[in-house]
Amino acid sequence: MLRLIVRRLLQLIPTLFGLTILLFLWINRLPGGPASALLGERATEADRRQIEAALGLDEPVWIQYGRWMERLFQLDLGTSVQTGQPVWEEFTQRFPATVELALTAILIAVVIGIPLGYFAARRRGSWLDVTAVSGSLIGVCIPVFFLAFLLRALFAVNLGWLPSVGRQSTGIDATEVTGFFVLDGLLTGEWDASWDAIEHLVLPGVALASIPLALIVRITRASVLEVLGEDYVRTAESKGLNQRVVRGRHVMRNALLPVVTTVGLATGSLLSGAVLTESVFAFGGIGSFIQTAIDGRDYPVLMGFILFIALTYVFINLLVDLAYSVIDPRVRVN
Amino acid sequence: MSLLSVDELAVTFGGRGMREVNAVSGVSFSVDEGQVVGLVGESGCGKSVTSLALMGLLPNKGVRVGGRAMFRTGRGETVDLLTLGRSALRDLRGTQLAMIFQDPLSSLNPVVPIGVQVTEILTRHRGLRGQAARKEAAHLLDRVGIPDPTRRLKEYPHQLSGGMRQRALIAMAVACAPRLLIADEPTTALDVTIQAQILELLKELVDDQGTALLMITHDLGVVAGMCDTVNVLYAGKVVEAAGRRPLFAAPAHPYAHGLLGSIPRLDAPRGERLNPIRGSINDTIAWQDGCAFAPRCDFYVDECLRGTPQLAALPRGADGHDVRCVNPVMTGPPETTTLLDKPTTPEETASGGDDDPDGGDGEGPAAGGGTDEDTGTGSGTEASA
Repeated sequence: MLRLIVRRLLQLIPTLFGLTILLFLWINRLPGGPASALLGERATEADRRQIEAALGLDEPVWIQYGRWMERLFQLDLGTSVQTGQPVWEEFTQRFPATVELALTAILIAVVIGIPLGYFAARRRGSWLDVTAVSGSLIGVCIPVFFLAFLLRALFAVNLGWLPSVGRQSTGIDATEVTGFFVLDGLLTGEWDASWDAIEHLVLPGVALASIPLALIVRITRASVLEVLGEDYVRTAESKGLNQRVVRGRHVMRNALLPVVTTVGLATGSLLSGAVLTESVFAFGGIGSFIQTAIDGRDYPVLMGFILFIALTYVFINLLVDLAYSVIDPRVRVN
Repeated sequence: MSLLSVDELAVTFGGRGMREVNAVSGVSFSVDEGQVVGLVGESGCGKSVTSLALMGLLPNKGVRVGGRAMFRTGRGETVDLLTLGRSALRDLRGTQLAMIFQDPLSSLNPVVPIGVQVTEILTRHRGLRGQAARKEAAHLLDRVGIPDPTRRLKEYPHQLSGGMRQRALIAMAVACAPRLLIADEPTTALDVTIQAQILELLKELVDDQGTALLMITHDLGVVAGMCDTVNVLYAGKVVEAAGRRPLFAAPAHPYAHGLLGSIPRLDAPRGERLNPIRGSINDTIAWQDGCAFAPRCDFYVDECLRGTPQLAALPRGADGHDVRCVNPVMTGPPETTTLLDKPTTPEETASGGDDDPDGGDGEGPAAGGGTDEDTGTGSGTEASA
């Protein structure tokens, strides 16, 4: 297992290396180049030269790339054009919010989606099945920001059960350790802070969970239906095993394989920021930051962000592969 | 009373808005303790559905099961397998009743080690756990002829060969010494040499444990090598039931006659045409209108279409030789029958199915496709003498 992990990690190196080259060339080949992007359309030629010299943009591309890579290894992603802060710091401030939100959403989707899909398959054609299938269709169809508004209007504004915006109530005196507010509260023993953070996570989490939930329900249902018809399930039944063993060991273990892939992909897309949901709930994650960076052509931020997304996907793919090799011996490498 | 006595088993598939299909329409047979009974017929005649119905493994929805299947359990009670509750049936399955399936690869769970798939049945029915269960599992694998069983326990189905997989399935089936073992085409997915080994193994286990075996197959060679009595199925009904020797010596139903006649011979002149039963199983009529085989039958008479023919003792036949035909074939076996390994004498035919068990052992399945060298050219004429 360890050897598999090491091997897969080594395989990541060329992937990421190729990505940095593509990314750098893309930025370099933009019309007008980074300098005019920074200065805007009305910049004079002299201004442009000056800023190119200052940023080292007048040197050959491969030297620029080398410098950029050198800084990258020191976790220096440059400075945000908009805020003047190092990009790395901007990210580390905002990632915890995004990660917390993404994990909440995926947790909701998995905890509800897998059992729902399973029972829909077992009672195929029942009202539960029909509700789950049509509900998941609606879940995929409703735009997330619209659902976010609906949820906020109903549960936060009208009923007042849950907070409407932010990650934390203003009056809370919480100690920040990691930036993950729920975790911080647990670490410092400030339970009320944890609970407050969880309350803030519920509505955006549910809104964001809608699409992954719908996918997981559908895929689980289809997969369980397929496995239920397999010969080995019949064999298990013919041995007179308990329902629990047949369902757990023989049905679910096989049915989960495609679900694992779906969960992995969904986690990747959630971690790369949920711009709309974060905006609706003023959540302050990476999503809304990136939105302003795109508007303001903040290239250092965008490059760092693209690298981050790529890393996230690559890492999640690795996790999915490892999960596969745990569940399915046929893909295990000897 | 027999160990298992199936009476007018009927299975109908269909649901709302679907045309109903009678997969099995009134099958009756019985299995005595320690006996090997064959259920023979072509694809779609209801063999597998019969076995699944007995095991209670048919789907819950869209299936109607009728008739009775009285089974005598180890505690001396007699239960109807078709009406038994789900949990009671679960207790019987694996301990009293066990089944071996056709395709060993798809019948084993690909993501669970062989060891767990064997031990889980020991845990469920014999309460064995941990080291004790693993030891017993290794013993079982050893018994079915899997070398290095302790290592094999940790392996997964895809790491085993086809024959090994079937052996592993057999080990699971016999783990609790069931009283009745149902083998649904256990050798169909295997190549011929492995087939012989598997049949040999099944025979040994059946002899050792005194287990009765219901052998479901389309392979007449398997029947000739193993079964004490044979039930030939056609379109969901038993059309002929007889001991092995009377059946092969003097098949009375035109269908059974045609089946035996269709086996190709190695010593036939080159270019000689095969001798199939004409038509297909789709050329049939409903049993209530007459004999379902009538449209394909060479011995058809008008009487065939006057209601369902009854399964009745064959006139001048051996004991227990029943046939469902108004115009049975009385001329002996077709020219080409070579499945029994030695010429059958009229005395043997008359004495019924109680021939010595070693009689058909030697060739076993190798004779199945008629590929073994011919040993019984004269059997036809002698038997009918």
